[in-house]
Amino acid sequence: MLLRVSDRGMYCEAGDFFIDPWLPVDRAVITHAHGDHARWGCRRYLGSREGERVMRTRLGHDARIDTLEWGEVRDVRGVRVSLHPAGHILGSAQVRVERGGQVWVVSGDYKTEPDPTCTPFEPVRCHTFVTESTFGLPIYRWRPQAEVFAQIDAWWRGNQEAGRASLLFGYALGKAQRMLAGVDPTIGPIFAHGAALKLNQDYRDGGIPLPPADNPMGAPKGFDWSRALVIAPPSANGTPWMRRFGPVSAAFASGWMSIRGARRRRGVDRGFVLSDHVDWPSLLSSIEATGAECVWVTHGYREPVVRWLREHGIQALAVASRWEGDEGLGMGDEGADSPAEETTSD
Amino acid sequence: MKSFANLYAELDETTRTSEKVDALARYFASAAPEDAAWAVHFLIGRRPKRLVPARRLAEWAMEMAGVPEWMFAECHEAVGDLAETITLLLPPPSEEREDLPLHRWVEERLLPMRHEDEAGQRAAMRGAWAELSGPEAYVWNKLITGAFRVGVSQNLVVRALARAGGVDEPTVAHRLMGAWDPTPEFYTRLFGADTSDADASRPYPFYLAYALEGGPESLGDAGEWQAEWKWDGIRAQMIRRRDNVYLWSRGEELITERFPELARAAGLLPDGTVLDGEILPWKEHAPLPFAQLQRRIGRKVLGAKILAEVPVVLLAYDLLELEGRDVREEPLRWRRARLEELIASLPTGATDRIPLSPIVPAAGWDAVLEAYRGARDRASEGLMLKRLDSPYRTGRRRGDWWKWKVEPFTLDAVMVYAQRGHGRRASLYTDYTFAVWKGGELVPFAKAYSGLTDAEIRQVDAWVRRNSLQKFGPVRTVKPELVFELAFEGIQRSPRHKSGVAVRFPRILRWRTDKKPEEADSLETIIGLLEG
Repeated sequence: MLLRVSDRGMYCEAGDFFIDPWLPVDRAVITHAHGDHARWGCRRYLGSREGERVMRTRLGHDARIDTLEWGEVRDVRGVRVSLHPAGHILGSAQVRVERGGQVWVVSGDYKTEPDPTCTPFEPVRCHTFVTESTFGLPIYRWRPQAEVFAQIDAWWRGNQEAGRASLLFGYALGKAQRMLAGVDPTIGPIFAHGAALKLNQDYRDGGIPLPPADNPMGAPKGFDWSRALVIAPPSANGTPWMRRFGPVSAAFASGWMSIRGARRRRGVDRGFVLSDHVDWPSLLSSIEATGAECVWVTHGYREPVVRWLREHGIQALAVASRWEGDEGLGMGDEGADSPAEETTSD
Repeated sequence: MKSFANLYAELDETTRTSEKVDALARYFASAAPEDAAWAVHFLIGRRPKRLVPARRLAEWAMEMAGVPEWMFAECHEAVGDLAETITLLLPPPSEEREDLPLHRWVEERLLPMRHEDEAGQRAAMRGAWAELSGPEAYVWNKLITGAFRVGVSQNLVVRALARAGGVDEPTVAHRLMGAWDPTPEFYTRLFGADTSDADASRPYPFYLAYALEGGPESLGDAGEWQAEWKWDGIRAQMIRRRDNVYLWSRGEELITERFPELARAAGLLPDGTVLDGEILPWKEHAPLPFAQLQRRIGRKVLGAKILAEVPVVLLAYDLLELEGRDVREEPLRWRRARLEELIASLPTGATDRIPLSPIVPAAGWDAVLEAYRGARDRASEGLMLKRLDSPYRTGRRRGDWWKWKVEPFTLDAVMVYAQRGHGRRASLYTDYTFAVWKGGELVPFAKAYSGLTDAEIRQVDAWVRRNSLQKFGPVRTVKPELVFELAFEGIQRSPRHKSGVAVRFPRILRWRTDKKPEEADSLETIIGLLEG
């Protein structure tokens, strides 16, 4: 087998490198810069050229990061390694490894819907496909994003009429920029929480046009927030930082928002179903497009996806990822909707 | 259906009362009366009985969505609600349909299903699912499962109707009471000028008290207040009008037939009388435990034996109608005086069944406090304090009536089972079973699922996932490690429970992270409370 799961993550023995390790290792190939994939403290990183800026922002300036263009092949001790767009966030990659005619692809996180803030997902033919399964249940089906952004714009306008600031929560890397690029900037002024500012700049420097979005801390005293849209990470919800805006309507953008209970648990006024992961139909069609004989399922609803694939004649296996714990009890799949995971990347 | 589903979504999306009332008022102002009548019916909680067994609904939904049973179960567990699971799983309709108004969905599609056989119901459900999507499908599924609920109180619906129709709130509240059919005529009458009461059975809205926090000194002069014992029974209204008698529960259920002895006594009241009181199992001038009343409530047929074992009374609290006149605006001292005269004038057979709620002598707050301390000995839940000048108001209001409940029993218990919650707690372990020590063994004795903060729930949920021992269906046994302080109102011996006791209204007071399971209480302690 070209890849196996070790105690530090997915490992390629022939090439002696890890893919998205969860503990420090010598050589790490990174699918994307989210915290549950790009961990601190590895000696050398290999990632996509497109994602270099955000990776550096996340991993620090001392990190030794090599990059590859999309499709460029690097020979690592006889293993051919290349990166292919995953469409999840800027620079997110699928890792293709090939040796002796055997091709494996590790998806990382991915989505198939076009997103103006990153290169779109490309299916890669392979023998074994390692896929995420964050939203791997048939209850998860996304509406076209144009529809979701129309809802967000309408909510923003409605808040303006009601004299309330619009606070839109979403993950600082990826979701925040996608929201910035997706809303109608003619509606009113847009602000972004400090946590997203550097990342916004990374996107712009990478050639992704985003509307201007200043830090609300810099706004003059007495500023009228009722016309503004403020984009912020979910962790800012309920903090004193929110007080400056006066009356607000708070919304959260995530795939989890398709479930009423999750929406209500969040304690926000609105939930918008906007995800950077594949929904159920796209998960199945993406797997099919790889032509893989064998599918490894990780990160999310592993067990149901594996069982479904097996019942549909595809060889499948659930593999551990550090984020799900409880492996000994065989209940790991249930961590997928846990609130802890909601805060990582969705 | 679209506009009703939108209303539902609007109500669901906000926690602000003013926005809910605005959304309701907007809806009522624009909806056709035949739709609005049904909307009122559903919004105040008068939902249709479950028409189709949940099992069948799930089967048909699986069939239509093309998912096997195990996958449906996975999805249901993630969502925590059957109607929502089905809504999310069904394929979206292939084409946009013309919007059918709410009353036609209900009258032509939903209600006729009652008379259909299984094949007919299946066809009807498939037909509806092929036409509806998103919020409309969700509302439809909620109506079908008989679980339609929305976060508005009857008070808010009343306020919105009053605003939309330009009528005062008490009038609307009264017209919504009792038995009515959701017809356009009914809806139009809600706003009519004619205030005469056409329906002899219609009860008045109940006046409900808020809980008094702390002592009663803040209420001013004790001399302006009337104190009565608070009882754990069934709050009810007894109506005698035009040669008929009606007994209504606070949940607006007509319960006349369940209490034949009260119906007979009510027949001895003068025509045009309405009393507010509490139905209590009663023997020898004292109440029996509530569990005794429960034995009666559950039965379809009331035999001579149970009637003799658990006789009931209506303990009269208040007089709402006298000689056909609505006297709710009169002050309590006046209503109480008339009530005493009325009860005194009844033949013995009626006074025994409709005794007056005794007044607790309240020469000053000290005397009231002493009575309050003795409440438990009388099997009373505490005191009711009512301002002597107060009118009989509508719904739960602050100011004039207060309930002052005795401190609950408390003890420390160990969590032994956990189960996932529903609704906003879906997929989190929030429903727990607790045990106490009996010798060296932990015996389960109570279930509770409220009292923790959201942050604590997340912590306990994570702990349950890591510390499960076994899984029985949805229930997990967990390591007996976490200790919680529970509160409850009453204790009964119960041969049906393994522990031999049943507690009333158990809830979690706090998570005792400072205690080890060995420090939890024992069954002997509970039995001691029972005997004390």
